[in-house]
Amino acid sequence: MSATEPWQTAEFSGTKKAMVIAKPEVAVAMIKKANHPILVIGHLAAEIELEGKMLIDYLIDFARKSKIPVIATAHIVGEFLKRGFEPAGWMSATEIGSKLADPEWHGIDCDGPHDVALFVGLPYYMESLILSGLKSFAPKLKTITLDNKYHPHASWSFPNASVKDWAENLKIMISKFEERGRKQRNVNV
Amino acid sequence: MTKNVHVKIDEIKTNIGLIKNLELSIGRVIDDSWAEPMGPTPMPSLTTLRDWDFKLLNRYKPFYMPFCDLCCLCTFGKCDLTGNKRGACGINMAAQQSRIVLLACCIGAATHTGHARHMVEHLIEKYGRRHPLDIGGLNIKVEAPVTRLVCGIKPQTLGDLEEVLDYAETQINHALASTHTGQEGNNLDFESKAFHVGMVDHVGMEVGDIAQISTLGFPKADAEAPLVDLGFGSVNVNNPVIMCIGHNVVPSVGIIDYMKENDLEEKLEVCGLCCTAHDITRYWNRGKIVGPISWQLRFIRSGAPDVVVLDEQCVRTDAFDEAQRLKMPVIAASEKNCMGLPNRTNDPADEIVEDLVSGKTPGVLILDPDKVGEVAVRVALKVAPLRKKFKALPEAKEIIRLAKTCRQCDLCRRACPQDYNIPEALSAAAQGSLSKLAEMYELCVGCGRCEEACPIGLAIHSFIIKAGEKQMKEETYKCRSGRGAISDVEIRSVGSPIVLGEIPGVLAVVGCSNYPKGGQDVADICREFANRRYIVVTSGCAAMSAGMYRNEEGKTAYEEYTGEFAAGGIVNVGSCVSNSHIAGAAIKIANIFARRPLRGNYEEIADYIYNRVGAVGLAWGAYSQKAAAIAAGFWRLGIPVIVGPHGIKYRRMLLGRADKEEDWYNYDARTGEKVYVGPAPEHLFQTVETKEEAMVTIAKLCMRPNDTWKGRLIKLTHYVDLHKRLYGTMPQDLHRFVRTLADVPVTMKDEIIKILDEKDWKETVIPDPTLLPRMIRKKKE
Repeated sequence: MSATEPWQTAEFSGTKKAMVIAKPEVAVAMIKKANHPILVIGHLAAEIELEGKMLIDYLIDFARKSKIPVIATAHIVGEFLKRGFEPAGWMSATEIGSKLADPEWHGIDCDGPHDVALFVGLPYYMESLILSGLKSFAPKLKTITLDNKYHPHASWSFPNASVKDWAENLKIMISKFEERGRKQRNVNV
Repeated sequence: MTKNVHVKIDEIKTNIGLIKNLELSIGRVIDDSWAEPMGPTPMPSLTTLRDWDFKLLNRYKPFYMPFCDLCCLCTFGKCDLTGNKRGACGINMAAQQSRIVLLACCIGAATHTGHARHMVEHLIEKYGRRHPLDIGGLNIKVEAPVTRLVCGIKPQTLGDLEEVLDYAETQINHALASTHTGQEGNNLDFESKAFHVGMVDHVGMEVGDIAQISTLGFPKADAEAPLVDLGFGSVNVNNPVIMCIGHNVVPSVGIIDYMKENDLEEKLEVCGLCCTAHDITRYWNRGKIVGPISWQLRFIRSGAPDVVVLDEQCVRTDAFDEAQRLKMPVIAASEKNCMGLPNRTNDPADEIVEDLVSGKTPGVLILDPDKVGEVAVRVALKVAPLRKKFKALPEAKEIIRLAKTCRQCDLCRRACPQDYNIPEALSAAAQGSLSKLAEMYELCVGCGRCEEACPIGLAIHSFIIKAGEKQMKEETYKCRSGRGAISDVEIRSVGSPIVLGEIPGVLAVVGCSNYPKGGQDVADICREFANRRYIVVTSGCAAMSAGMYRNEEGKTAYEEYTGEFAAGGIVNVGSCVSNSHIAGAAIKIANIFARRPLRGNYEEIADYIYNRVGAVGLAWGAYSQKAAAIAAGFWRLGIPVIVGPHGIKYRRMLLGRADKEEDWYNYDARTGEKVYVGPAPEHLFQTVETKEEAMVTIAKLCMRPNDTWKGRLIKLTHYVDLHKRLYGTMPQDLHRFVRTLADVPVTMKDEIIKILDEKDWKETVIPDPTLLPRMIRKKKE
């Protein structure tokens, strides 16, 4: 299997495929360039264990260091709160998808439209279709996935990779962001 | 109503003269004894209700998630529509996605309506055109609420249903035509047509079900319909076993009738998969429901069936090949599903039986249901003693040996719609443990794609079945036989508490079994809401899953809860076509309880339901085009539908924007003022990821603008309670649902008031809500 085939067989038929993130530093550089990023985290974050640590714990570290506001989908807001982390909001995955496709949406923190959306931890097929919707209907938005599965509908995606490599990539990304300690704001969504 | 009257007189002498060769043909004679005046929209065309659809679609805007970036429907293509680009015909991505939605709805509606047409024609042939419709005796005066509402017809006999089907087929045909290249080009117009076809789909379903209920002795709005056997283990495999797969019960009726006529009821097992199973038990309560659609490979490969009878819809297209591998004779019994088999309809039964038993032919097409009955029974009796020799599943040691050959290439996992870690399970099997394969038994949707993907041809699905064989054989449950319609009496009892909000909602758990994590989620959701005194209605494969999990006392849901359409009931209406009774119940609340005129009065009734009836559909495992059409029929009535995660592949959601206050103003019919009613319901079609999210969403989507303070208080109690329990925190959108402080549950007052204060909440009025200006009683000065 090529690292840049969609993880689920036959998931893609089209002309515009995600650029592959060859190194986590590249992802960090892109995220740092973003004016108004947002991180969407699906319920699998609370189910997947990477090298002895839950994915959600990596992502909380990631969000704290990168100061990117988090949207928790499905029911996992409580998993964040249990860990002392307050997401900026919680809503269904398709709701955040449709809002990101709305050029008039004021953003999760009312600071205007988001220019970069990071996705991670959704069921592959759900994430894939939401990314597909954004690819076609959110022309000003760049999407990046932080999963270990190649998502062709994203703007940028990591290739298919082992769990070990995934954990390593997350650790490197977390280390590249400086801690600023800004509290996540819980605002009108 | 009388249809197609032909009078021919060769010669007649009268006072005025001699008349020769008089021929008179009348297309239709309308017996309009229905006193209710005709409403404004009988038999609506594609565009009659377009304005109503647009009211909904402007509030619940489509969010498209293309499943494919290309259009491949004409020879100009393939056209790349990525980024909402236009193709060679000028269509853009949004229109293309909505076009596919419409196509799916047309396929679904055509399937139900085709089923109904076959059913009605067959039953007219057997029982005559004048056979009366009776789906609940004196308990049901409004016998066909969907048909009355949409068509303005009050059908009284089987023959009357032909006219209804003429209408439905015409509309599906027109809608399908609009998907041709170079016809419709606007996404909202495609969406409106999808709503239209969904509405027509409910007409088709209603016709199909009331025809079979009226003639075949099915339970008639019976809350105490018998509890029937459910599950693989309930089938006595020591007897010859006939397995029927599909949705059209007519061939199964032929089988059961033949058994009854020949005193063979004790000697064979007749069981079914998918909706045919429901209808078998509605006809004969000794029939067995094996399980939902996804059990097909499982049951065939178990080797249990001796004869497989295939009718229509949701039948695996490789069912014949699978059966042939195990020397199971196959009888295809539907014109829609001939399976490439020789048509033996006109051959003597003796010859067909001989050919199937000897193996001269592995399968036949028989389009005469009575002959299907005779052949299936006789073949099963003869073949069963022979077939017992055939080994169906690999032995454990064989699985262990084969698992050692696995290359760990991941192709099976990548083909698995659930992304299950099959390579890991095979690795464990290679080490001698089948436990991980056995764990998958419960969760697997039975698609078999893992096997197709395996480069060395491992029969992975068979491995899973074998590993779960013990559990499979222990599957013995109870399902309440499909009761059909909801009686008028029940509607009178619950109409007021539903509309006022005191019964917090009606939850319809329907659809197929493409579940994200097995069927237990369905049973858990049904129990949760029945315990909360919602009315839970089930149908189709979901109704089976609801019955497959026991409580601590060992009771299945149907043994534990009443089958009455009442608070705390779990009510199995029946097969797919019985879904029309769920829509029918909502319609009857408007008509019987609220006395809104029904006849050809779609918009007003839908407006009533949308604003007042807190009903929500949950299709946790929806996979089919039929499910799409059923959902569309609910959308047009203003009833929101939630689908499980795989439902995202319907590629379009209809989502409201609670944050846009301006979207949520309805008229107050008392004053003509436009008043803020909050996002109630917030979405019309939504995918959720998890069971927990589904539960919270259900509670939220049951809120309606008309809820009294007491009703809203009850609904908010459930919403907040579920949110706190499953999300681990208070919901943050309560300011949108609290109209006055009286809405706030006393036990949660402090927490809620705190949120209201933070959100700068302001009190609003509880209106007499409507989206229709014509319903305003007092014009604004």
